[in-house]
Amino acid sequence: METHIAKRVEIVIEAPLERRLTEALTSAGVTGFTILPVLGGSGRSGKWSREGQVGRSGMVAVVCLIRPERLDGLLEAAFTVVEKHIGVVSITDAHVLRAERF
Amino acid sequence: MAEIIALAGENLISPIILSFALGLAAALARSDLTIPEAVAKGMSIYLLFAIGFKGGVAVSAHGIDQTLILSLLAGLILSFALPLIAFALLRIMTGLSHVDAAAVAAHYGSISIVTFVAGTSVLQGRLIDAEGYMVAVAAVMEAPAILSALWLVARSGGGSKMTPGLIRELMLNGSIVLLVGSFFIGAVTGEEGLADISAFIVSPFQGVLCLFLLDMGLIAGRGLRQSKGVLGIGAVGFAIVMPMVSATIGLGVGLLIGLSLGGIVLLMVLSASASYIAVPAAMRVALPEANPSIYLTLSLGVTFPFNLTLGIPLYLAIAQSVTGG
Repeated sequence: METHIAKRVEIVIEAPLERRLTEALTSAGVTGFTILPVLGGSGRSGKWSREGQVGRSGMVAVVCLIRPERLDGLLEAAFTVVEKHIGVVSITDAHVLRAERF
Repeated sequence: MAEIIALAGENLISPIILSFALGLAAALARSDLTIPEAVAKGMSIYLLFAIGFKGGVAVSAHGIDQTLILSLLAGLILSFALPLIAFALLRIMTGLSHVDAAAVAAHYGSISIVTFVAGTSVLQGRLIDAEGYMVAVAAVMEAPAILSALWLVARSGGGSKMTPGLIRELMLNGSIVLLVGSFFIGAVTGEEGLADISAFIVSPFQGVLCLFLLDMGLIAGRGLRQSKGVLGIGAVGFAIVMPMVSATIGLGVGLLIGLSLGGIVLLMVLSASASYIAVPAAMRVALPEANPSIYLTLSLGVTFPFNLTLGIPLYLAIAQSVTGG
């Protein structure tokens, strides 16, 4: 089956920043993304878990699949939000089946 | 003194405190006991609705007076002013950076609604009435402290962002909307409305509060376990000294504006409590440079258990001895 090259951008960010990030992405023309809850992990500040979080805390993962030529615009928009905050931004090559959707 | 100890002892064997202690002990012992996130959220919605509604009903029964306006104003001023005192204390007692101290200070100007609910519950247990509108004072005291903290950071040349978006989020914070909204529903529907739903919001209240405090104990215990090495003795000392300083200020203000004994105790509890829901989220947006493990551990791991176990009975005993109530 024919596949098309795409970029998969995954941004793990603090939950209170979720709305700001998705608004920045939408303003940059990125209309498709998926938000996943993050159960826990380990990083520079040590181990953490979602267990026992009170209120709107913890982390979320925002996943976008876009055409390669739109990557820079997305990263610039995302970076304005994530720059000073705890989180991870990663980009991987991906293949999608329906290019017109991205 | 003997009375204070007796009150504290009585409070320590209440079901809500023992539930909190169970959660704390389970977390410290690394038990796998957990309350599902959705259940905890459901319980907090229930508690906020019930406390707001009952406050509204109390206002509809007793009417609005000048003290209501003064209490709201006092709450607003206290929330702006307490972080400045907390900041000064933190600079004296701890080696925290300017930004960390400002972030911690914001938590101590805002309030913990669960501590407020526990205070209300202690008053009810002793058949002491309080002004129903203290719920509205609690809502007013949620956000101003954040502005004071950001001012403290901006004054030292640090960067902080109080954008219109953040202000909107703070004002429309779910707990404020629910508390104020249910308060108005209670005020509009009055005793009749309460009679309609009392089987839901009066009878199960204490039981739900027990389960909720079990969860809070688990959260506090996990926070304490994970914060080893983060906090110094000065910071822990601050988390116990500051609520007592704030409660004393709350006592003075309560006396000044003419609150009843119950109202004074609740204003002391509100002043002494520290936020662990609204302010941490706001700090992550506005002051990302501040270390969340410091302010969360102090407010939730030290001040919250202190207020719940020793603080509330202490404030009640002091208010009783001052007012002769």
